[in-house]
Amino acid sequence: MGTKTQLPAIEGWFTLDPDEPALLATRCRACATYFFPRETYFCKNPDCLGREFDEVELSRTGTVWSFTNNCFEPPPPYISPDPFVPYAIAAVQLDSEKMVVLGQVVPGFDVSDLRAGQRVELVLDPLYEDDEHEYLVWKWKPIDTETTGADQ
Amino acid sequence: MTAEHEVAVLGVGMHPWGKWGRNFVEYGIDASQAALADAGLSWNDIGFVAGADTIRNGYPGFIAGATMSQALGWKGNRMASCYAACASGAQALNIARSQILAGFCDVALVVGADTTPKGFFAPVGGDRQDDPDWLRFRLLGATNPTYFALYARRRMELYGATQEDFALVKAKNSRHGLTNPNARYHKEFTVDDVMASQIVADPLHLLDICATSDGGAAVILSSMDYARKQTATPIRVAAISTMTPTFPQTVIEMPNFSTDSAATVAPPEFAFRDAIAQGAYEEAGLGPDDLDLAEVYDLSSALELDWYENIGLCKEGEAERLIRDGDTQIGGRIPGNPSGGLACFGEAIPAQAIAQVCELTWHLRGQAGDRQVEGAKVGLSINQGLFGHGSSIIVTT
Repeated sequence: MGTKTQLPAIEGWFTLDPDEPALLATRCRACATYFFPRETYFCKNPDCLGREFDEVELSRTGTVWSFTNNCFEPPPPYISPDPFVPYAIAAVQLDSEKMVVLGQVVPGFDVSDLRAGQRVELVLDPLYEDDEHEYLVWKWKPIDTETTGADQ
Repeated sequence: MTAEHEVAVLGVGMHPWGKWGRNFVEYGIDASQAALADAGLSWNDIGFVAGADTIRNGYPGFIAGATMSQALGWKGNRMASCYAACASGAQALNIARSQILAGFCDVALVVGADTTPKGFFAPVGGDRQDDPDWLRFRLLGATNPTYFALYARRRMELYGATQEDFALVKAKNSRHGLTNPNARYHKEFTVDDVMASQIVADPLHLLDICATSDGGAAVILSSMDYARKQTATPIRVAAISTMTPTFPQTVIEMPNFSTDSAATVAPPEFAFRDAIAQGAYEEAGLGPDDLDLAEVYDLSSALELDWYENIGLCKEGEAERLIRDGDTQIGGRIPGNPSGGLACFGEAIPAQAIAQVCELTWHLRGQAGDRQVEGAKVGLSINQGLFGHGSSIIVTT
């Protein structure tokens, strides 16, 4: 990681807790629905008129709904190392909020390591870097190699 | 649907799909003129133009209704332009239908055309941190095939689908499109060919994923009264279902980072893609058993299997059996994508949903040549565009 200063790749989407980072969502005060990315203006529940939201941290763990990888360099605005390094992406059902959140899977794991129903946790990991900074994003990391089957 | 809500398809026309590199307006002109000739009408008979927009061809693309009207010759017609991503063509058809049913015009031209860049579709340029479509590329590196691959892998994990099943879809479509004059690709691919192509987004191979193409398609819609003066057997539009998802949407959709949360509101009875078809069936007063053919939006070969279930050709988890048994090939129980689908066309976004209706119309008239689905009387098309644009159209004899 070197001595570069670490910055979030986007402001306000996740905490920077080095040990237990979490995605930052909002929850409607009227109907208690969660929103990620954060909704702060008007509740998207069609039966709710809520305009007030609390900031909440989402579950840091969940189960894999599905997964894939990317074998080719995406177009901008993705900022790729040169040469391009393939990565896996997982769609993860959060433990408490009944929602699925996408994220890259940490380096070192590819699709052969993943299964639907697998337990994963949220970590922060570099997305890209420039001369002075390393930009962090949330990624999913398998908790263990045991699978629980496609039960979600 | 009651007869008073029907309109007629009087003419259809296409400019062949390809990578021609010409101005999209030229494809639109050729498709429009082909549709007019097919209807036996002239440009001066058209009272309303609905243009499906392209967002990658500058200002003329954003105002397709005006652009096409000017290209065909200003004559003071009413018009509209609309954008709904891959469902743009269906929305343009719906706008034209509404104008006809409201009595504002007798005959309308619906046209969509596109010129596409090479490679992955990329978001519109600039530094746009408030646009989920921009952000998913920046923060996730999630391309369109990423989402198609998540659905495909889900089928493998849940239903035991295999990559060979997906390849069977591609092989079937490549046979269907072999002699379609409007298709871009006229090459038969085997399962082995697909399996030997590079993995783009696991489990999908390059040959599982549709290309981006240039092309143009046009439909002439009219009132039923007007149509009966032109032909004894007009093709009828029985349904155009253009709808949004219902909250909470619990299936991850391009270009989103997450699903809605179902923590406080239960998911709807029908998931989005099921609801799109359900809406069309309800509007038409028909059901899956009434279909003779379907054009489904095979952005990936695996997605075609999802659509089989969404439109009710089989129960969830049974689509692999349909493709393995040959049920959806021409001559089978319910042919899917007799045109060859996106597998043979590649995607020309604003033209694609219109092209689906062109194909259905040729089959219902018995004019589909050696890919003809014999005796076709009812056809359904279905399609989904980025950001919650569903569309499904049912046409009948």
